[in-house]
Amino acid sequence: MRLNFTVNGRPQEADDVWEGESLLYVLRERLGLPGSKNACEQGECGSCTVRLDGVPVCSCLVAAGQAEGREVVTVEGLADFARQRACGTASHGTSLDEARQWQAGGADSRTGEGTELAPVQQAFIDAGAVQCGFCTPGLLVAADEMLERNPNPTDADIREALSGNLCRCTGYEKIMDAVRLAAARQSEGV
Amino acid sequence: MDFLRPASWEEALAAKAEHPAAVPIAGGTDVMVEINFDHRRPEYLMDLNRIGDLYEWEVGAESVRLGASVPYSRIMEHLRAELPGLALASHTVASPQIRNRGGVGGNLGTASPAGDAHPALLAAGAEVEVESVRGARRIPIDDFYTGVKRNALAPDELIRAVHIRKADGPQQFSKVGTRNAMVIAVCAFGLALHPETRTVRTGIGSAAPTPVRAKAAEEFLNAALEEGGFWDNGKIITPSVAKRFADLCAAACNPIDDVRGTAGYRRHAVGVMARRTLTWTWESYRGAHRITEGAA
Repeated sequence: MRLNFTVNGRPQEADDVWEGESLLYVLRERLGLPGSKNACEQGECGSCTVRLDGVPVCSCLVAAGQAEGREVVTVEGLADFARQRACGTASHGTSLDEARQWQAGGADSRTGEGTELAPVQQAFIDAGAVQCGFCTPGLLVAADEMLERNPNPTDADIREALSGNLCRCTGYEKIMDAVRLAAARQSEGV
Repeated sequence: MDFLRPASWEEALAAKAEHPAAVPIAGGTDVMVEINFDHRRPEYLMDLNRIGDLYEWEVGAESVRLGASVPYSRIMEHLRAELPGLALASHTVASPQIRNRGGVGGNLGTASPAGDAHPALLAAGAEVEVESVRGARRIPIDDFYTGVKRNALAPDELIRAVHIRKADGPQQFSKVGTRNAMVIAVCAFGLALHPETRTVRTGIGSAAPTPVRAKAAEEFLNAALEEGGFWDNGKIITPSVAKRFADLCAAACNPIDDVRGTAGYRRHAVGVMARRTLTWTWESYRGAHRITEGAA
């Protein structure tokens, strides 16, 4: 079947989608957006977390056809999404080409410099919250949504909001630091 | 596989009548796991996300009519006062991502003995509103679960809503698992005090082939509370009464040994949860009782 939906602010079309396919598979294999990670395929790990009409969901548990006509934000569009939210203006979204080419520039310790990042992404880099990086995209999408809803979260709020995202490097303390940092910067308007 | 996309409830009923084997999918948190792992390859997948009615709830005088697809996160947020037991149970479901998608209709459709909503529904008292092109009916929650992952639905029927009695007293929910999030219950227990009828109702999850009530325990406690005048005098529950209640709840289980726990552990844990939830709810009732007495 054919699927029409909005991804990172731009209308997209996917063809030959199998009816039992997940939204995650469509994003990764048909649209070439591998930012959302495929790990457990049963909603346990949260590494495939995306926003579906603004709501954080595991994209592995959304049937592709259920995304028809809906709006999806993936980690590739997070920087633009956050900028749009901060400015309160509509932007042009992130094109597939841009999204596919997105990288946190450079592979050294200065990773991130020169590339536009969402505040929560920058905070993850600054706090050293990225180890192997596999859980990071899901954590970023979940953390960004929590900060949008709850600008001054307690530690308990953060733990609860991220309780559906597993990090097997066990880097949770740094991840907590990163979200606290993003919240602090957000409240200072940095 | 065909993907059916009914735009209205009537269309969904017609599609289900035409294709009784069609698998309804709403939150997808059960169905998609089975498809992803190739455990299930339904001929028809029927998306219920387009039917707005299923995402709504109405608070009536006696009960709440909860649309089958109202996500757990909404129940936690909006129905804590009316349905405290179910709101507590909803909060223990998996993770925020799952609670944003899954709802009580799916829990009932799957009818797993480990479904988190079941003990709360059994304790509160509920009826499941189901419909087919042949007509609508309401199935009392006590008659709904018919076996392991089996329910009273006919092949052409769909779950539209659940009518849950509004709380008239304190309710509690307790669940045993290895961590707070992302846990399938090893076992779970729901308890509701109903001061208006001077009754107590229970619900046990994951400790029998289906979710069950501990009816003998309820009858014992109802009689003990009545006999001792507890509803009026607001005294603390006698330890021997609490213990007998806990033992009878444990005895209502018919658990199995599996990877999550042994039958013996489940029976024991249900007894502990029964005693604790009774204490919590009764203390809450006594507190409210004292305030009322003081004001009178």
